Amino acid sequence: MSTTAVTQAAAVSLAGVSKVYGRGGSAVRALDQVSLTVQPGEFTCLIGASGCGKSTLLSLVAGLDRPTSGDITVHGQVALMFQEPGLFPWLTAGANVELALRARKVPRAERKARAAELLDAVHLRGFAGKRPHELSGGMRQRVALARALAQDADVLLMDEPFGALDAMTRDLLHDELDRVRERVGKGLTVLFVTHNVREAVRLGDRVVLLSSRPGRVIEEYPVPVMRPRRIDSAPVAELASVITDRLRAEVSRHGS
Amino acid sequence: MAADTTLAGLDALELAPAPGRVDAGERARRAWAATWPKLAAVALVWLVWELIHLTGWKKFVLPGPGVTLTNLWEQAKTGLLWHACGDTVLRALIGYGVALVIGTVVGLLVARVPPLRAAVGSLITGMQTLPSAAWIPFAIILFGLTNASILFIIVMASAPAIANAVISGVDFIPPLLLKSARIMGLGGLGLTRHLIIPAALPTFVAGLKQAWAFTWHALLTAELLVLVAGEPSIGQLFAADQDQTDMPSTIAIMIVILILGIAVDGAFGVANRAIRKRRGLA
Repeated sequence: MSTTAVTQAAAVSLAGVSKVYGRGGSAVRALDQVSLTVQPGEFTCLIGASGCGKSTLLSLVAGLDRPTSGDITVHGQVALMFQEPGLFPWLTAGANVELALRARKVPRAERKARAAELLDAVHLRGFAGKRPHELSGGMRQRVALARALAQDADVLLMDEPFGALDAMTRDLLHDELDRVRERVGKGLTVLFVTHNVREAVRLGDRVVLLSSRPGRVIEEYPVPVMRPRRIDSAPVAELASVITDRLRAEVSRHGS
Repeated sequence: MAADTTLAGLDALELAPAPGRVDAGERARRAWAATWPKLAAVALVWLVWELIHLTGWKKFVLPGPGVTLTNLWEQAKTGLLWHACGDTVLRALIGYGVALVIGTVVGLLVARVPPLRAAVGSLITGMQTLPSAAWIPFAIILFGLTNASILFIIVMASAPAIANAVISGVDFIPPLLLKSARIMGLGGLGLTRHLIIPAALPTFVAGLKQAWAFTWHALLTAELLVLVAGEPSIGQLFAADQDQTDMPSTIAIMIVILILGIAVDGAFGVANRAIRKRRGLA
């Protein structure tokens, strides 16, 4: 079917995307003329203070909402993870993953084995029979990751997925996410929203800084740090402090 | 590799230790703790009743507990009471079953189709406030003194409660779960089956219990007035006792109704606890 393309198509591309909520005097411009291209297999972190429209942007890419103006193209299947795992509480961890497989019409006979494989990929072998309330926050978020992977997504959208976790669990899940991407092995594209600058530098191939009210792309930082990375290593901390300074400058613009 | 074991260690630390096995002695102790207050309550009612009886208030029409319970025992031996209970409970189950199907389907449609909700949403709540007795003349004119009349009255009384339970169950589904389902690509029947129905279940079961009360009220009201020939029922026994001013029998049958009510309530309690436990709410 596919022939070798000279220029590879972008996984996600936004061209002049704006989003306005409401009308007239009370209208709020959440995103203003955002243009962004994410290559296949790239890990892009979006960072910004409150009111930068990070979550709005992900909803638009996920197709949960429509932009007021501008174009969004996404190649392939999209999955979305939130700060809360959003697992179905009446289903076991395994059944939650299986439901995602079922939704994309995986034959019944394959579902159980495939779900077990995915739970294994997030190091939850043996927890398939547990219900969400029996798992810790970090484990639930890993089940949610397994469920997202079960959607066979090409693009994984993550909306502050580790924001509600303690620091130690979060750091371990960063490593876990790196490993899972290697393991999936098809160049999973990730668009990751966070307000934690170090987390963005630890994870991303590129960090995109957004302004607040309205959200605009104000700066892009490639992250030239070799993997595996550590969140507390010097190169990560150095770049993070540069980005933090720029972010603070942006935030103080609103105070004066 | 080191990170893996750290993660596994963290997982092990974060999980609550498994609850210890409950031995027979502990189980007996718990059963007793749950039982004795109920026995005490029964004893208290008996005592107050006996005391009222001893004061001689309305002594020609109000029997004491001893006479009443003897009467109940005598009735229980005849078979007529069992036959009547059987008929009444069967009617309740059939009527409730029909109301369950109609109420659930209507509730799901109204909850998921906005124009339908605008059209009949408040009508359903309105029908719930209509006393079941108000349907009796309507039913008798339409169906005569038949079982159909009684079933009709039950369905009209309890289906709106069931529909309302479905609607509020659907309304309280967390938006995050709906978003997750949409992202997964669930829609239409799949969405209804895998998200809407299970997510609405706790509210639904609470509503089912209320609907059962409506069923039971409507049924006894209907049976008192819609006397179907050749089919003894609790309502019919009641009507006969009233005609013969047979107070001991009347109270005996009230006790039977109370016991049936408590038994059904217990069944709903079990279902409710099972659902909450499954979701980590109990």
